[in-house]
Amino acid sequence: MEPTTAAKPQFSPAAQAEIKRLLTHYPDDRRKSALLPVLHIAQAEFGGWVSPEVQDLVAETLDLRPIEVYEVSTFYTMFNLKPVGKHVIEICRTGPCMLRGSDELTAHLERLTGAKVGGNSPDGLFTLKEVECLAACGFAPVVQVREKYYESLDTEENVNAMLTELKGMVHRPILPWEENGLPTSLQNN
Amino acid sequence: MGRKLLTEHVNVEGIETFAVYRKHGGYRAVEKALKMTPEEVVEEVKKSGLRGRGGAGFPTGMKWSFLAKPEGVPRYLVCNADESEPGTFKDRYLMSKLPHLLIEGMIAGSYALGARTSYIYIRGELLYVLRILEKAIAEAYAAGFLGENIQGSGYSLDLHVHPGGGAYICGEETALLESLEGKRGNPRNKPPFPAVQGLYARPTVVNNVESIAAVVPILNMGGDEYAKIGVGRSTGTKLFSACGHLNKPGIYELELGVPVEEFIYSDEYCGGIWKGRELKAVVAGGSSVPILPKELILKTAAGEPRLMTYESLSDGGFVTGTMLGSGGFIAMDETTCIVKNTWNFSRFYHHESCGQCSPCREGTGWLEKVLHRLEHGHGSMHDIDLIVSVAKQIEGNTICPLGEAAAWPVAAAVRHFRDEFEWHVTHPKEATQPGAVYRGNLVMA
Repeated sequence: MEPTTAAKPQFSPAAQAEIKRLLTHYPDDRRKSALLPVLHIAQAEFGGWVSPEVQDLVAETLDLRPIEVYEVSTFYTMFNLKPVGKHVIEICRTGPCMLRGSDELTAHLERLTGAKVGGNSPDGLFTLKEVECLAACGFAPVVQVREKYYESLDTEENVNAMLTELKGMVHRPILPWEENGLPTSLQNN
Repeated sequence: MGRKLLTEHVNVEGIETFAVYRKHGGYRAVEKALKMTPEEVVEEVKKSGLRGRGGAGFPTGMKWSFLAKPEGVPRYLVCNADESEPGTFKDRYLMSKLPHLLIEGMIAGSYALGARTSYIYIRGELLYVLRILEKAIAEAYAAGFLGENIQGSGYSLDLHVHPGGGAYICGEETALLESLEGKRGNPRNKPPFPAVQGLYARPTVVNNVESIAAVVPILNMGGDEYAKIGVGRSTGTKLFSACGHLNKPGIYELELGVPVEEFIYSDEYCGGIWKGRELKAVVAGGSSVPILPKELILKTAAGEPRLMTYESLSDGGFVTGTMLGSGGFIAMDETTCIVKNTWNFSRFYHHESCGQCSPCREGTGWLEKVLHRLEHGHGSMHDIDLIVSVAKQIEGNTICPLGEAAAWPVAAAVRHFRDEFEWHVTHPKEATQPGAVYRGNLVMA
């Protein structure tokens, strides 16, 4: 892992509040349970990937040894371990999507974005990633971008609509815990 | 048109909100349960004959009755919402459209099991559904259906949603529990079973989303009434998620017992095969179950019409039958290359193997590799026997059923479509043309 000279990352106050809320979900001696949800928060907070420094921050936040975070972040496919473009397009490649054209969709998206699967587009806007079944097989082919599913991408029109929407997102999308504030469930705890 | 017990109100505007859900009879099952003893609730579920809707089909009431209840030790109900089996997309639908149905089932189930904290483990890709569930849970707290002293009954329950991180294996219940504890999703050796040592080594029941949702109509109508729906030991209704080359893919709630032929061709359901083509094969219960050619999915080997029930779909065992599984129904038209599709599934299982057991870690890799060379015209006749042999060596030799899930589709594809594999060996040039597909006669095992 490359050393960096960047300042030590810190969670925003909104993310810290969300982590505090999540920790109420588990017994006090089982803080490690919050690891996956906190990794999701970290990835959303720090540019769509979890650098070694960010993983160390997660370890520190949950009183874990760094290896406990590394072994988990490398096991689950949703965590990106190297820098990604602004939008990570995760294309389902499994059977039902393949039957309805996911191979063609992947080739099409490579042409349109200039990114190769597993890599970023030259303009830094897109990362293409092939993933396994997204559980939306009846609406194939399907891709996921952050928390949104784009379905029935077997028409030029739907693919273009998706890319137009993504290109139009000038600012960082607002994270759910910033938008909604604290759910009332917390107020009961 | 059959009865709909789960999705009757799915198209009512605002049904995802507490107020509208309540107006349409929501939370009556919880009110009813809280007036019964926990044992009586378990008894109703037993009487209903409900079988696990996640894939294994194990009777839910029986699973509940196995839960250990040592004095003073917390126990847990965990909902398996890690829907990842290729072809299966019913739970996402249920949770995003009817979040309160799942929450209501979780409350009734937790009460029956004596759980004071329960979790819904949802696959990480469905974070947007997690937000929908959290919003609905907050509403249920505000209405006094969660939290302290629910509806004045003296029973208290906290319910939380927990996201995974992208791993098919976490749909296996002990891998799910490891994941919920913040670890890699490596399945555990059994025994001890989760009913004795589950989450945090405490007694735990893990149930699929649809199984838990089904508890609501079961309590509302009574277990005996529920058991009258369906055929034989396949009681009640089941969600089927239909995909692949169909005119109307989607989610259908069926009374168990609808003929497969009607399900595929009737306009009420899938509306036939797209583009006016012929059906070639079906994977009826998620990618893990054996593929069947058209002849055997529509009719059993004895010539009886095959029905959408646990028993009928498995009629003939693995020689001429398959399994109902998760209800993930994948239809393939005449242009589908079975070798390519089998390779695709093998790549999936190789990718998703946790790597813990050598037969699965190495075997799934071999299956993918050899199927890749068969599909790409570099295979030999020996390779066809090799994949069958590798599949056999994985099966039964692993901690969890991912081994079987990887082996079965390969064995079944060769069993029913061996001539298509052989054609890839004898006609590599033709087979590797874009869009090429074998159109010979199907050879039965």
